Amino acid sequence: MTQSEFVNLVMPFKDKLYRLAKRLLVSTEEAEDATQEVLMKLWDKKKGIGSYRNVEAFAMTMTKNFCLDRLKSKQSGNLKLVHSNYADDRTSLQKEVELNDSLEWVGRIMEGLPEQQKLVLQLRDVEQYDYDEISEMLDMKPTAVRVALSRARKAVREQLIKKHSYGIQ
Amino acid sequence: MEFNKIEQLFEKYFEARTTEAEEQELRDYFSGGQVAEHLEPYRAMFAYFSDAKKERSIRQVPLKPRKTLYQWISVAAGIVLVAGIFFGKQYQERKEAEYAYLQTKKALGLLAENLDRGKEKVAYLQEFEDTKQKIIKNN
Repeated sequence: MTQSEFVNLVMPFKDKLYRLAKRLLVSTEEAEDATQEVLMKLWDKKKGIGSYRNVEAFAMTMTKNFCLDRLKSKQSGNLKLVHSNYADDRTSLQKEVELNDSLEWVGRIMEGLPEQQKLVLQLRDVEQYDYDEISEMLDMKPTAVRVALSRARKAVREQLIKKHSYGIQ
Repeated sequence: MEFNKIEQLFEKYFEARTTEAEEQELRDYFSGGQVAEHLEPYRAMFAYFSDAKKERSIRQVPLKPRKTLYQWISVAAGIVLVAGIFFGKQYQERKEAEYAYLQTKKALGLLAENLDRGKEKVAYLQEFEDTKQKIIKNN
């Protein structure tokens, strides 16, 4: 596989990898790093790439695993600082009131969800993959995907309602 | 009518039982101008999803450097190998020549020594000849 063939193969989903990485890692810089790392790993494996039935799903799985590993090592390492910053933001009621941009608010809600729920929301409601693809990417049964997705959507709804009724009062 | 359908889809949506087409219907509804007041809070949710999909990765992924590094390493290894064989062979040839020279020198030395010994014996022969001449003269 030549370099241009490889680029043609990965370009259609490069942004999806990036958005998934950003959903999990939050920081733009780290999401770019993760995307680059996954694509370079894929490039190293390019000889065997033809044997993967679905390269896009495979790359998404690689991205997910890479980011979850990053988060795990972050939790034990000194990068925890980044996260406590966000926690501060969220608990400060004053800041919540100032957060007028409702779109940004939805983003904050998603940030607070458990990782699995973030993943299914990202893959279904943002990227609009079908259930079979999502279950392949996350290595979960389709029913488990639906359960996680339902929980995630309801969690977002709950917080939206809370925010809304707070705004009216 | 239309509204009831949206309500139903909306409930199905939270149970994660909506199809892709139904979800598209919901997205269309919420991106349109007329959203029922009690559904208004959810407009931001769908707007956020479609907004999030627009984000792009801006970094170019450098694919070449890693590859060319490997290439250069293999080229360097090849040069070292060829040079090793070449100079190794030269060294071996020189050693062989030195050995042949020493062997030849030894053989020639041996020859010269034996020749000297032969010459000594020939000197006795001369003595014999001298004596013979003396005898002949005396008679």
